[in-house]
Parts: sequence; structure tokens; C-alpha cells
Amino acid sequence: MLARIQVGQKPTLIDSFGTRTQKRIETDLKLEVSTVRTIKVFTVEAEISKQQLHDAASGPFCDPVTQDWSLGPLALDWDLAFDWVIEVGFRPGVTDNEGRTASQALALMLGRKLTAAETVYTSMQYLVSGALTREQATTIAAKLLANELIQRYTIMSRDEFVAAGGFKPMAARVAGGPATLVAEIDLEVDDDELMRISREGILALTLDEMKLIRDYLTRPETRAARKKYGIGEKITDVELEVLAQTWSEHCKHKIFAGDIDYENAETGSREQISSLFDTYIRNPTKEIRDSLGVNDWCLSVFKDNAGVVRFNENWNVVFKAETHNSPSALDPYGGALTGIVGVNRDPFGTGMGAKLICNTNVFCFASPFYSEPLPSRLLHPKRIFEGVREGVEHGGNKSGIPTVNGSLVFDDRFAGKPLVFCGTIGLMPGIINGQPSEKKSALPGDAIVMTGGRIGKDGIHGATFSSEELNENSPATAVQIGDPITQKKMFDCLLMARDQGLYNCITDNGAGGLSSSVGEMGQDTNGFELHLEKAPLKYPGLNPWEIFISEAQERMTLAVPPNKLPAFMALCDKMDVEATVLGTFTETGKFHVLYDGKTVALMDMEFVHKGLPPMQMVARWERPQFPEPDLPATPDLNKTLPDILGRLNICSKEYVVRQYDHEVQGGSVVKPLTGAENDGPSDAAVIRPLLDSFEGLVIAHGICPRYSDLDTYHMVACAMDEAIRNAVSVGSDLEVMAGLDNFCWCDPILSEKTPDGAYKLAQLVRANQALAHYAKTFGVPCISGKDSMKNDYQVGSTKISIPPTLLFSVVAKINDVRRAVTMDVKKPGDLVYILGTTFNELGGSEYAAMLNARGNSVPKVNGEEALARYRAVNAAMGKGLIASCHDCSDGGLGVALAESAFAGGFGMTVDLVKVPASEIGRDDILLFSESQSRLLVTIPPERADDFEAIMANTTWARIGQVTEEATLVCTGLGGNEVIHAQLANLKKAWQATLDF
Amino acid sequence: MISSVKAIVITGNGTNCEMEMAQACRLGGADQVDIVHMSQLIHGEYTLDDYHFLNLPGGFLDGDDLGAGQAGAHRLKHVEIKSSKEKLMDRLIRFIGDGKLVLGVCNGFQLMVKTGLLPGFDHQYDRRQVSLTHNDSGRFEDRWVTLKVDEKSPCIFTQGLESLYFPIRHGEGKFVAMDEGVMARVEQEKLVALRYADPLTGEATMTYPLNPNGSPNGIAGICDPTGRLFGLMPHPEAFLHRTNHPRWTREDLPEEGQGVSLFRNAIRFIRENL
Repeated sequence: MLARIQVGQKPTLIDSFGTRTQKRIETDLKLEVSTVRTIKVFTVEAEISKQQLHDAASGPFCDPVTQDWSLGPLALDWDLAFDWVIEVGFRPGVTDNEGRTASQALALMLGRKLTAAETVYTSMQYLVSGALTREQATTIAAKLLANELIQRYTIMSRDEFVAAGGFKPMAARVAGGPATLVAEIDLEVDDDELMRISREGILALTLDEMKLIRDYLTRPETRAARKKYGIGEKITDVELEVLAQTWSEHCKHKIFAGDIDYENAETGSREQISSLFDTYIRNPTKEIRDSLGVNDWCLSVFKDNAGVVRFNENWNVVFKAETHNSPSALDPYGGALTGIVGVNRDPFGTGMGAKLICNTNVFCFASPFYSEPLPSRLLHPKRIFEGVREGVEHGGNKSGIPTVNGSLVFDDRFAGKPLVFCGTIGLMPGIINGQPSEKKSALPGDAIVMTGGRIGKDGIHGATFSSEELNENSPATAVQIGDPITQKKMFDCLLMARDQGLYNCITDNGAGGLSSSVGEMGQDTNGFELHLEKAPLKYPGLNPWEIFISEAQERMTLAVPPNKLPAFMALCDKMDVEATVLGTFTETGKFHVLYDGKTVALMDMEFVHKGLPPMQMVARWERPQFPEPDLPATPDLNKTLPDILGRLNICSKEYVVRQYDHEVQGGSVVKPLTGAENDGPSDAAVIRPLLDSFEGLVIAHGICPRYSDLDTYHMVACAMDEAIRNAVSVGSDLEVMAGLDNFCWCDPILSEKTPDGAYKLAQLVRANQALAHYAKTFGVPCISGKDSMKNDYQVGSTKISIPPTLLFSVVAKINDVRRAVTMDVKKPGDLVYILGTTFNELGGSEYAAMLNARGNSVPKVNGEEALARYRAVNAAMGKGLIASCHDCSDGGLGVALAESAFAGGFGMTVDLVKVPASEIGRDDILLFSESQSRLLVTIPPERADDFEAIMANTTWARIGQVTEEATLVCTGLGGNEVIHAQLANLKKAWQATLDF
Repeated sequence: MISSVKAIVITGNGTNCEMEMAQACRLGGADQVDIVHMSQLIHGEYTLDDYHFLNLPGGFLDGDDLGAGQAGAHRLKHVEIKSSKEKLMDRLIRFIGDGKLVLGVCNGFQLMVKTGLLPGFDHQYDRRQVSLTHNDSGRFEDRWVTLKVDEKSPCIFTQGLESLYFPIRHGEGKFVAMDEGVMARVEQEKLVALRYADPLTGEATMTYPLNPNGSPNGIAGICDPTGRLFGLMPHPEAFLHRTNHPRWTREDLPEEGQGVSLFRNAIRFIRENL
């Protein structure tokens, strides 16, 4: 039977989803509609009786208190007024989480398992009232309700709907029979043909790489081995796809590993750099660890899915951040959802596996109010904003992991590709079953076991696709929807298996799918044998290569020793987690894949993992020059300050923050929003991961892509300083502080497509040089990181490159969370101090941007001075001397003063003459320069002497006082009052911008 | 009187507040607290009969698909204990019949109303009379709310308490009754133990965001007529220590968070009455 069950909120009740949709049609599409009601449609394809269908509709599929149901068109049963019906359903093969839950509920009701041919699909019906043309109704469907990459929609006017008696049932079943073909590809062809094979297959392999593969196949030993294993001389599609995934920029980080000829035209110097990663990331971390000696608290860096550091003698902390930019550009909801549930698997698949304790998210978008015409294939930034926000909401909230820290960064170049950074921190016991938890290794003879979700065509070519710019041919299959509940069930089960010692090794299935996870684990034993036909599929019809490289979500790969296999499989069965033995880890040195007993891939492990020579690149740095901002002769700071507070990069992000659960797991200490009315912007998060201990973690980040246009060296320095000073602001200790570097760059390889590649690569070199320098200066080692190097959009002659961006995240220890400090002023009478010097550094600032300029004086970081200041502040916090502490970042001192005051609900009087400054003769520069390493603190008067004594050898000044009256009053350099603002007005300006 | 109070905290299928719920039980004085996965209950490795206090924590059972708690309630009613003729629901009804206590928070509350455990008129614990639906805002929200306790309510958990301050973290928390009769009876029997309140007046409120979801009469939590079954949308287990409070850095607060008191009441009742 194929039938539809329709369920909708009773017309007497508010349909809040419909109301919200109506509002977005009006605000985002500027179309007038009076009401939107929604109906959930379950399309049931199952051998059941009419009575059973009735029972399902009135039982598990419907809440009789709040909903009506119908087996016919519910919209007509209701006799509601509407003008258009739009129904949106998934395309075949797209993950339908609610459909899966509905199928399970149906099976439970029937008391039997559903057959492979039986399932439930969901779709959503929108009843829209408004005087719309068909074209406008189509706009609503295409631009707001449905993403045609993963969804289909049908539109009917009311008359059409009535005449047809509603929509006919339609199953989103994947069509096509069993396709189990393995193709052989002839590489003995000319260069053009080799490149055609790479391009059309979305392999992203270069000509040199294609030739390397061709040459490997012709080696006599290769031919002999292939003959022995019964596989032809030509390469199979399985093998070619594996190499494309494994050698992709996404997986292999060829740019960070390659050789660079770097010329600095500014200084006239030239140097050869062999591997940015080794030189500027791995080696500095090693130096820092060496200097810590026996007190080295880093346990596992750069080699596993995430970095591991010691939390205390019993627990380790695991941290990883990833990006999911390209998928989010095509399908913001699914891309971001898989971004967050994907990065969850990294700490979970690190060492023996960590329990996940918090998430972080940083998004970079173009303005949601963007009003220029958009190039083809690009979604409107508001749609990306809302889709990403919701994807992360569902991914984080449903996984039960608090979202504790994040930001939103706006620059219109992110219209070309949004950046979606997702981070996850985990906690694992220091010792598991007598072994250090950060160590793991598959052993020869261990079974290869895949757990969790099934494999489909979704997520094919994710790794190679994100190794290219976004273009007309970007594949729809790279887009998928995550399933946090299936993943959570798997995590619940695998934590039990971990504690029972049922496996030797675990890793996640991310980019490249099984080819990557099994390939990497096979390096432990030097070989594996995998039988692809055993892999559980979502639907038939996948070719072997597709099974092998599919990035279908929610899967972990484990090495299970034979004597533990029965117990492992029994546990998974009990916990309702699918687990399948796919093969065995071996010592043969071969990457060996079979399908139905026939070898479909046979390569040397050595060739797959180490066959690629370093890429050769050129970089040339020349300092750009920009016009200086045209500063107003007589600025009206009472107007400028609220204007700056309302700017996208500064304004309140409460709209997003409130929709993320930031408190689940019970350890919330400093929340993202703080102050007298719980709405001020915290500098960083503090959590208490162990509910019976006061030891805590501080989580913070820094990101400032606007400075990249001037000099990426200082962009990175500022991002690192921002992350560290944010952490210090809430009370972080400096002894145990680890960093993560996430680079998002535009294509930096000189080519026809990228004529300015040498400059962009120089930007990358300089960024890395800063990373190395400041990591060592601050003693903050990078423990893990990631790079995403092709964040460009190119269709025809239109190219949009993102500004080079580094997200620097830190996780640090705070020995006693009861010492934590928040940014809101606490009490009238408290004294206001500024710590650090303000320089004339408007370059790349929000103030310059407001004046439509970049300027040139980019903020610079004096690391030694900053560190001395941070240590002194930390000591003062340890003595409980500091009432509030807020860092000066975007918008400078002016914004920090306003935020601290309105968050605390008390005013301030401030004398700008007293602010330590260098060569600044204007109030606006003093207030809005974004000089780094500055903190604004308030101190109770009776603690002032102690505080000043601790700060003695650093730069500081007492600049004012907290007042009862809710106004911010600043006396300018000329001795006159330059700001006199009601806090309520400042806060309103700050909150209004993103108050969706 | 029993010598040892045993609490069980159910997890699995998307539940996610089990750690802090267990911690709340411990701080409230339970002698034994076990976090038990639904699969372990279904496989008979643990049985409700061995416990006195059943905790249904917050989370996203089945991802809130079909409506929050809907698929979970369906499972609770239909699933059979392996190697036993009994359904899980039979054991739950026996648990209630034995005079034991049940607490559902957020998703646990949603599960209780959808199963029919609440309001549980006339000792009927399997008939759905009320529900919780989407917030008027159409959004999931995390925010702290002030709550007014009805001192006349039979609710065991809120005895002796007045004003509470807890976070809500939900998208479906608006209370709906099957009909006006049910609503009237819920009110008349003082089953509404908790209401969203205006912190200035202390009275129930319909003003957003003080009432975060548009719940009628500010209903935030209800009990059954015996007072032994209690469900609420706000999270008491999220406020176990003063550092959980959003303004702990600026207000003088007792060391212990207000959430512990609900659990202490429950455990004291068990100790004295079971």
C-alpha cells in the first residue's frame, strides 16, 4: 500500500512554524502573505491493512490533544482559507530522519520488522494565503522552503488542489537496479585525456598526479602483484577514486606539506620553505613541549583525529575544530548539521574515544541584508545564515552537547563561500583498561568493523569537491543531512564497548569514507583486506567505488580483536546499533579491496600513503597600500558610538545564542550571555566538566579576517592574542593553554585561474610565521588544526575569494571555577582601569570600515608585554581583586566601555586623557583604534592598592568610575564631554541589528 | 521505612541530561543512583522494581521526530521486556502503584504527558489528557525563568518551596489540555505546582519572555493528584551549584543551587513513606 497520512496542528491552536515561515516570506522575500499553516505528510509504503494505516495515523503519528489527522487532504477537511499549497519533500536517497523514526514507530506498532521495500517518507505542506502569482509562489518554494539539491516541491493553486482532490502519494524511493560494476580506466593516454578523466570524475587530481599513478601501474612489481591477485593491469575506478580521496588537498594538505619558494619583496629576502606545517606548526609545538620538560601536559598532538592534553591526573581533554564550508554553501542546513555532528566524531574517534562535553561554532557570512544581485548558484546570505544556524542548532542540541562559545563574522566576500567552523571538546579517562587512553593501534588479525549508519550515495566526493572552488559542476551528492540521534545511540554504545575493552582502535568515517578510515588504520598493521559487498547499504544500486568512498554520516570504524568480536557484536545488537564486519587488518603491505570475492583494488600501502611528492609552489610578498580613512573633522561621538555598536561584527548575537543549548550536562559556569539582565557578551566560556570538582575549562577563540587585507602576519597575531586575552578575561590560568589553528584560505596556487596566487601564498607563509612566533612567545602550543584552502567561487568570469582567515581556538585550564570573572560592571563606585597602550591603529578596524576604508596601520601584538600583563591579571583574579574584565577588540575601547556598562546596568564616567596612548590626538581614534592586548577592568575601591601593586610593571591607568546613573560619560582629550549616552540607547542600538 | 533510597535515571535514544540528573539525586540524598540505558531496561538487565525514584531526564528522544516525546511514549507503551511477558509499561504502572516517585524534566515531562502519566486523573496513567506543543515563538530557547510554586499543590517535590529560578531549554513547552474540562480539573485539583512568574510581582505571567512559550496560566509543571508524579519544563538539575546561576559573579547566592531542593524533597518523602 502507498498511502498518505496528514497531520496538522488543530486550527484553534497557533501553528508557530507556519507563523515563522510567514514572517520569513515577508522579511526575506518581501512578498506579502497573510497566513501560512503547515501540515506534516507521512507517505507510508508498506504492506498493511487500512485499519493499520488508521491506527498509525491516530496513534504514533499524531498527538490527539494538539493535532488533527486525515487519510485524505487535511487542508480540505479543515475548510481553511488558503490560496496556494506548496508541498516540499526529500529527493530519493536524502536522509529523512523523521521518516526513519516514523518507520520504527510503525514497526513497533505492527509488532514486526519492516521489509526492505517498506518505509515511511515525510514531507511538509504549506498552505499559503495571499494574493500571489504562480511565479511568486514558486519563488517562495525555491528561495525559502525547498533546496532543490536535496528536495523537490509541488505547487497548486487552491482550485487546482480542490479539483485534484489533493496530492497523490509519491514515494521518494531510490530507483535503479543492482549496479555492481567495476570500470577499468586506461591511463595510457595523452595529457589532455588524463586531465579530462580527472575533471569529469571530480577527482581533483593534477596532471603530475595522474602521471604518477600511470607510472605506478607500469612498474613490473605492480603488474606481478596484480596478476597474482587476479586484477587487470588497468586501474579500476575503485583505485582511482581512493587515490583521488587520499591525495586530495582536503585529506593530504598538499599546500601545507609542499615546498615553497618565498620571496619577500619588502625586505628583499628570499627563502626556501619545506612544509609550512612542519616548520611553523609542528616544530614550535615540539619546542614548547621540550621546554616544559617533565611538566609537558600535551599527550597526543597532530597525529590523531584531535589533539589530547592532560586535564588532571585522572582525565584528558580532547579538542578539534573543523570547517564545513563547501557543503554549507550548497545546503546550509545539511552542511552545517553534518559539520557539527561530523566534528563530534573526531574527539570521539581520538585515542580510545572521548565523551563529548562541549561544542564551539564560528560562522563567517556576507551581510544578511545583502541587496546586490547574486551570481548563479549562490544562495542569499540570509538564507545561509538561517540554514547554518538551524543546522548547528539541531546538530548540537539533539546530540546533548552544549554550545558554549562562538561568533559571527561578517564580510561580503563570504558570499562566495561561507565559513562554518565547528569545534568539539571531549573528555576521556587518562587510563582505560590499564592503558593510556590517547594510545591505540590496530593489530594484525583484528576485524574491521563499521558501526552506526548505513552507506548511501550521499556524501560522495565531499573530499575532492571541497578541494576545488565552488563552480557550476559542484555535485549535489556532496550534500547530505546528518542524523544526530543515530550517532548519539552509537556513541552511547561505543563508550560501553570502550570501557569493557572490546576494541583496539577506533576512528571516524569522515572525508573519503571507508577508503580513508580503513586505509589510515591499516597503516598500524601495514595492510588490510576489505569486502565491500558486506557493507550495509541504505538502498541497492551502489557501485563498489561508491560504497568505498561514500561519506555517509554517523559511522565509526573499529579494529576488534577476534576474541572480543562476539561480545562486541552482542553489545551493539542489544543497544540497537548496526555493526558489520567488513574484513581484516593484515601485514601484507597491501591495500586490498574485494567485491563478491573478486579483487577490485590492490595497491601498496606505501604508494597510497606516501607516493605523493611534495608540491612545488611560489610565494611573493609585497605590502599592499590602501587609502587612509577620511576621518570626519568634528565627529559626533554620541552618534558614532551607537552606530558602531550596531555594526554586524559588533552587535548582539543573542538571536543565535539563545537557540543553542549552552547549559546541558550541568557544568555551565560562564555562559555566552551574562550581566544584570543575562544579555551581555561574555568574552569566553567556563565549564566544569566534572560535577564533583571545581576544576574547569576555559574555551575561547580569536578571529579577525579584516586585518588580512593589510598583513596576514598581524591578522594571525591579533587572532591569537584575541583568543588568549578572551580566555584570560574570564579567569583562565596560563600554564595549561592549548591552541587549535583552523586556516581557511582562498586558492593560493599561481595558475591561470589564480593569477595572484603568489601573493595569496605569501599571505599564507606570513600567517604561519606569526603562528610560530606567537605560539612560542605565549607558550600556547597548537595541538591540532585543519586547513581548508579553496574557499573561492568561480563561475564564468565572476570570482569571489574569501579574505584569508585563521580561527584560533584555545582550551585552557582554570584551577578553580569559583574564581571566574565576567565582563559586566558590578557596582557603583568601582574603579575603571584600562590595561595596555592604545596606538594609532585604525587599519582594518570597524571604524575604518564604517568610513568605507581599510587604512594601513594594522594592529600589532607585543607578545612579551601582553604575556606579562595577562599573568598579572591572572594573579589579581586569583586574589579576587577584579570585579569585571572585558577585552577590547572590534570597535576598541569605546565598544568595551559601552558593553561592560550596559551589561552591568551601571554607568561610567571616563576621562580619555588618562588612557595610555601613543601618538593619538583624536578622541575617535582613541576610542575606536583596535590595538591589541588591552583589557578593561573594574576594581572595588578597597582592592585598588593591591591591584595596582600587582600590575606595577605593566602599562595601566585608572580612567574612571562606575556610577549609579545609567549613562556612559566620557571626557575627551580636549577636556570637554565627548560622549554622554544613555545605556538603554546604547544597548538598544547593539541589540537591534540581528533581532530577527 | 526503607534503609536505602535507590534512584534510577533513564537514558538512551537521545536523552542527554542523565549525568546532572544523577548528580542531583546524589546531592538530594539518594543512597544509590544508577544511570540505566533504555536498552538495558528492555533487556531486563535492570528492573524498575528495584528502585524507588524514577527520573526521566531531558533530551531529544528520537530527535523530537513526530513531536517531542511522541515516539518515546509510543515505545514505552508497546515495548516488551525481553525474556518476559511483561511490557515496560506494565512495570511502570506497578512502580506507580507501589507509591513510588516519578520526575520528568523537559523531554521527560513531554514523555510523561504523552504517555498519559500526567495528569493521571483517577489513577489512570495511560490516557493522554494534556500535551506540550511548540512555543509560540516557534523557537527552541535557552533562558532562565522565574517560577512560582503553588503551595497548595499536592506535589511532593515542591513542598516548602516558594520562588525558583531555573533555565528552560526547549522548543515544545506550551501546555495544552484536551478540553476545558481537563484544564479546569488540572487547576481545581491544584496540579499546577509551578508557573512562569514575573520576578517583580511574583505572580504568574503570560508576558514573553518571562513566560517563554505562551503556556496558558503560565503552566510550567504539573503533578498527578497524588503529588508523587511530577513533570516540569524548566531544568532543576541545571542549577545544582551557585556557579550555574547566570549572575553568580554579581549576586550573593547560597553555595547550593535551588535545584537540589526538589530532589531532597523527593528522597525525604521516600525515606519517610516507603
